[in-house]
Amino acid sequence: MKSAATTKDLQVGQRTFLQRLGRDMQRNYSLYLLVIPVILFYVLFHYKPMYGLIIAFKRFNPSLGILGSPWVGLANFKQFFGGFHFARVLRNTLIISFSNLIFSFPAAIILALLLSEIKSKIFAKTVQTITYMPHFISLVVVCGMVVDFVSYDGVINKITALFGMEPVAFLQNPGAFVPIYVISGIWQEVGWSSIIYLAAITGINSELYEAATIDGAGRFRQVFAVTLPGIAPTIVIMLLLSIGNIMSLGYEKIILLYNPMIYETSDIISSYVYREGLENFNFGLSTAVGLFNSVINFILVIGANKLSRVIGDTSLW
Amino acid sequence: MKETLSRKVFVACNTIFMILLCIVTLYPIWYVVVASLSDPVSLMAHTGILYKPLGFSLEAYSRAMEHPLIMSGYANTLFILVVGVVISLVLTAVGAFFLTRSNVMLKRPISLMILFTMFFNGGMIPFYFAVKDVGLYNSTWSLIIPTAISTFNLMVMKAGFEALPASLEESAKIDGAGHLTVLFRIVIPLALPTVAVMILYYGVGYWNAWFYASIFLQDDAKWPLQLVARQILIVNDSGGVTAGVDSGAQLAISETIKYAVIVITSLPIIVLYPFLQKYFVKGVMIGAVKG
Repeated sequence: MKSAATTKDLQVGQRTFLQRLGRDMQRNYSLYLLVIPVILFYVLFHYKPMYGLIIAFKRFNPSLGILGSPWVGLANFKQFFGGFHFARVLRNTLIISFSNLIFSFPAAIILALLLSEIKSKIFAKTVQTITYMPHFISLVVVCGMVVDFVSYDGVINKITALFGMEPVAFLQNPGAFVPIYVISGIWQEVGWSSIIYLAAITGINSELYEAATIDGAGRFRQVFAVTLPGIAPTIVIMLLLSIGNIMSLGYEKIILLYNPMIYETSDIISSYVYREGLENFNFGLSTAVGLFNSVINFILVIGANKLSRVIGDTSLW
Repeated sequence: MKETLSRKVFVACNTIFMILLCIVTLYPIWYVVVASLSDPVSLMAHTGILYKPLGFSLEAYSRAMEHPLIMSGYANTLFILVVGVVISLVLTAVGAFFLTRSNVMLKRPISLMILFTMFFNGGMIPFYFAVKDVGLYNSTWSLIIPTAISTFNLMVMKAGFEALPASLEESAKIDGAGHLTVLFRIVIPLALPTVAVMILYYGVGYWNAWFYASIFLQDDAKWPLQLVARQILIVNDSGGVTAGVDSGAQLAISETIKYAVIVITSLPIIVLYPFLQKYFVKGVMIGAVKG
């Protein structure tokens, strides 16, 4: 069997590439037929949009098509980098991403550590079931709740009124946007994000804890001497993933929550791409901003992966 | 001794913190439920912390159900969910299956083509026109076809397929089974746990989706439930269901209608969630091993 296969391979090697491909397609025709819709999907909805990126260098007119629209060189980029929006959306994207990194990211780790200290299985399960629950409420509904709760006569103002505070229309106050965004994000996702750390903690060899106890380490010392080092690889990978995604902050939650009064602190790159393109129909400018963002994201993600290969021997993909 | 005392203090603090966390997590949900059942006018006048319904009124629910788009939204979402999950699952399985074949010449270029889309994309406007160009504008299919495959899910599925024992597949091939038979009779049935996780992931994705509906669907009769919810909750358009209420109470009732809409649109997931929780958690782990 084996020698027959090698002689066949040798013969195959002598044929031209196209001949070999033809034979391969004949042999695996059902497989190639199956995969055609998948390839078609990627061509139509991933690669055609990449080709569409040349809109960034055109004054795009949908009736003229991509090729028929006039070239404008780098005019769209000049307009973006020269205008006041550039600094504003870049700043807001970074502020919101870093706020997530500083507050939401450690919150999940702390929750996992505290959950792992609960001895009662039923209590731990209950806390988990409850804290995971908001993850399953849709973003539209969560944002609908947020908009309602922080409104002038919303529940937050009704509670702060008990302490004699004046009501505030939070979503008309630029300073309140980032806290609202981050706190509602923690409320919705902290439980769910803790799962991965909890699993890492469960995976730590219990002998390590026994050894630490014999060495006289108390429970508190063990957290720093055993648990945290044990889940460090997970933390590093999640951190690198977050850093890789710093500039790709999504627009969905932003455009559900923001309004023109607070664009100053809430408008980010992706929401600006949406507004310029699909509300103001500045297709060229919007595509240019999107291309700028895609390139930065590409560099960040590749960089994060390189880094994770250097730090641990795990890669992100 | 000192150790056990500080331990006891920690355990007590931790328990209290966890209980508080549960209260803080649940209160917004509880508030919505309680407020939706309250008498609208007394709810409006109420101050302080609400923990039980003020009076009892189902008017908000009956008016919300009168909203012309709630029922159509539910129907549209169910269609998109069921048809979408089937299409996504088949395409994802086929893609993952292809990437796990050996001895196929075009495997490498095709897998590179698929993988590259995880790192770079054309962005919103080129995507918008690509969808328009294939004639999906204002079609319900625009919410299914253009986003049918999530490359991340495909990679998770591929990892699931790779973890299967090769022996069964080989013996099937010796029996003369073709690629189709191997995929649908052997690989998918064996990878059922991964398939289940994929169904949940895609299902939640289709259930929650609203953005592409907002840019592709002109007719509100085609809107999925989430976009209807956005119209009512965030755009503040109650679709005329407060008609016939005197203007003083109109604001009050439109508030409770919002709470009723939140309950109506979230109830299925919240009811199903405790039963599906363990599968979702498993999904996180499968994704993490790969991701």
